[in-house]
Amino acid sequence: MTNVIPTSQRSSGTGLRTLAEKVWDKHLVTKGEDGTPDLIYIDLHLLHEVTSPQAFDGLRLAERTLRRPDLTIATEDHNTPTLDIDKPIADLTSRTQIETLRRNCAEYGVRLHSLGDIEQGIVHVVGPQLGLTQPGITVVCGDSHTSTHGAFGAMALGIGTSEVEHVMATQTLPLNPFKTMAITVNGTLRTGVTAKDIILAVIARIGTGGGAGYVLEYRGEAIRALSMEGRMTICNMSIEAGARAGMVAPDQTTYDYLEGRAHAPRGADWDAAVAYWQTLATDEGASYDAEVIIDANKLEPFVTWGTNPGQGVSLSGSVPNPADIVDANERSAAERALEYMDLEAGTPMKEIRVDTVFLGSCTNSRVEDLRAAAEIIKGKTIAAGLRMMVVPGSARVRIEAEAEGLDQIFLDFGAEWRFAGCSMCLGMNPDQLEPGERCASTSNRNFEGRQGKGGRTHLVSPLVAAATAIRGTLSSPWDLVQDGDQ
Amino acid sequence: MQKFTTVTGVAVPLRRSNVDTDQIIPAVYLKRVTRTGFEDALFAAWRQDPDFVINKKEYQGARVLIAGADFGIGSSREHAVWALRDYGFDVVLSPRFGDIFRGNSGKQGLLAGQISEADAETLWNLVEADPGIELTVDLVGKTVRVGDLTVNFEIDDYTRWRLLEGLDDIGLTLRDEARINEFEATRESWLPQTLPARSPESMY
Repeated sequence: MTNVIPTSQRSSGTGLRTLAEKVWDKHLVTKGEDGTPDLIYIDLHLLHEVTSPQAFDGLRLAERTLRRPDLTIATEDHNTPTLDIDKPIADLTSRTQIETLRRNCAEYGVRLHSLGDIEQGIVHVVGPQLGLTQPGITVVCGDSHTSTHGAFGAMALGIGTSEVEHVMATQTLPLNPFKTMAITVNGTLRTGVTAKDIILAVIARIGTGGGAGYVLEYRGEAIRALSMEGRMTICNMSIEAGARAGMVAPDQTTYDYLEGRAHAPRGADWDAAVAYWQTLATDEGASYDAEVIIDANKLEPFVTWGTNPGQGVSLSGSVPNPADIVDANERSAAERALEYMDLEAGTPMKEIRVDTVFLGSCTNSRVEDLRAAAEIIKGKTIAAGLRMMVVPGSARVRIEAEAEGLDQIFLDFGAEWRFAGCSMCLGMNPDQLEPGERCASTSNRNFEGRQGKGGRTHLVSPLVAAATAIRGTLSSPWDLVQDGDQ
Repeated sequence: MQKFTTVTGVAVPLRRSNVDTDQIIPAVYLKRVTRTGFEDALFAAWRQDPDFVINKKEYQGARVLIAGADFGIGSSREHAVWALRDYGFDVVLSPRFGDIFRGNSGKQGLLAGQISEADAETLWNLVEADPGIELTVDLVGKTVRVGDLTVNFEIDDYTRWRLLEGLDDIGLTLRDEARINEFEATRESWLPQTLPARSPESMY
């Protein structure tokens, strides 16, 4: 890693700027002096039920107003059930939290997409789907996976509840400039290897703290070739490398995704917006504080073996031996992880049998993810004794998938087809693992107990999730070909 | 927020790295709509083990937590800070923090001080050799003192100043309200707005 250079100082030398610096500069309300942070304007504030109640309370106590309801939008996602959504929420504390959001949004004039509404769903699926997430804007949400929106070339930050209250009251945030890191992914992904495998490999390379203090910019041939959905998957997990944000410069793929969406600019506004968006890409010759280079040609399907997202290997590899790890902290973390995961060092990853497959979360629950998995499982039967839960990212994704007949493919296979929400990614609703249950999950965190107390999580792509559901052991579509299934 | 200068109290040695906020407070406790009352939720899963370090009687009433690197990574939940505060912690020392956690700490009067890996090891050894020994954390001098030993910690100047003065961030920002008004006047008209709600173009 190179030295810490505040972005504003670095750019003043050459005048050449990176994508992140351009977005930052564009939103500067006041420049910090003598160690005080810059004040940055926030274009879009996303709310959900878990991290907002205490912020609304703070606002109320201080007799402050919500400055810009027209730049604020809320959805219900973390607590919402994925079954029986027309009935009252059974868990009383969950119900109270949802009702509190509804009351707060009504009182402060915030647009809310409630359970049952076509735009309800995971906040990071809803923003892009509505066309609210646009290149070059600043986006915040009281949720660490806000980094997802960086796929559009937005500066998107996960924030805490005190900061949520701060944005409510002022539509700004005091922030210290970040360092910049280029993640350059050269080459072409092989069939069966996806955006999820890229980001899992990046995190395994730089570690859960490797991105601390940085905004990551994903670039290179393999990133350009990705759809918006793939770019969102990658930016989504930037936080798992410790980064504050991840970004991809906008291009024709971005514009094509946005055009015609409900809140995308129209007519002359569209042309003005595109003209601005085209100025955002990092200037030729601008420098980053650090760079990581990944060769997409060599990537294989990737999977985690431990209890943080940096503890991953290629699916063709084996559970590592902690004794081989030089760093003492890393070694003890690996020992603890193997104990929790009930895994023996040296076990081939493909021999690990799972009980549950979860296809969903803000990382991988868009219609493209569901399509990719459906294509693999179509006409096949789920492995004996395994359960598979498919949870679309939003009500609209669910409807789109049903229009294509994907729901029937999943149901025929033996999977459960659920309503939209965060679901088993973090188990705030009834969708949880039992103690000791092992899950191949397309979500973003394999922390101890994340998907339910005592549950064991292996992070995978939708393709690996699908192949695993067929074979019962961690598998990729490549293994199906070898089985002669395809 | 109360002014923070020095804290003297018992320290808990938490010899674990990558302590994510899901461990500090599991998601099931995030359903509450209040800002206090989270002491029972702190490290809820780990505390079920009677041998977990925080459960040991010599560490009761602790005010300082000494943790391994990458403390507070993962979810942005400020509940992690509230749980540490409600339990009684005023200070967390670690070789590296999750960025969002560190930011949240500064807003709630929890001092997140960065120490070197070597100093963390030294402090763990000292505290484990004499459990219940008191540490003094001095925010003015950015030092941790225990017996004859003094080690330094790092914290950014702005957070340090706000903690020392006990200042509220929103109040500070609103002093610049005129600048915010000026900035807003220059924003392009085509930037996204959530209100009024619109339908996709194809439906017009």
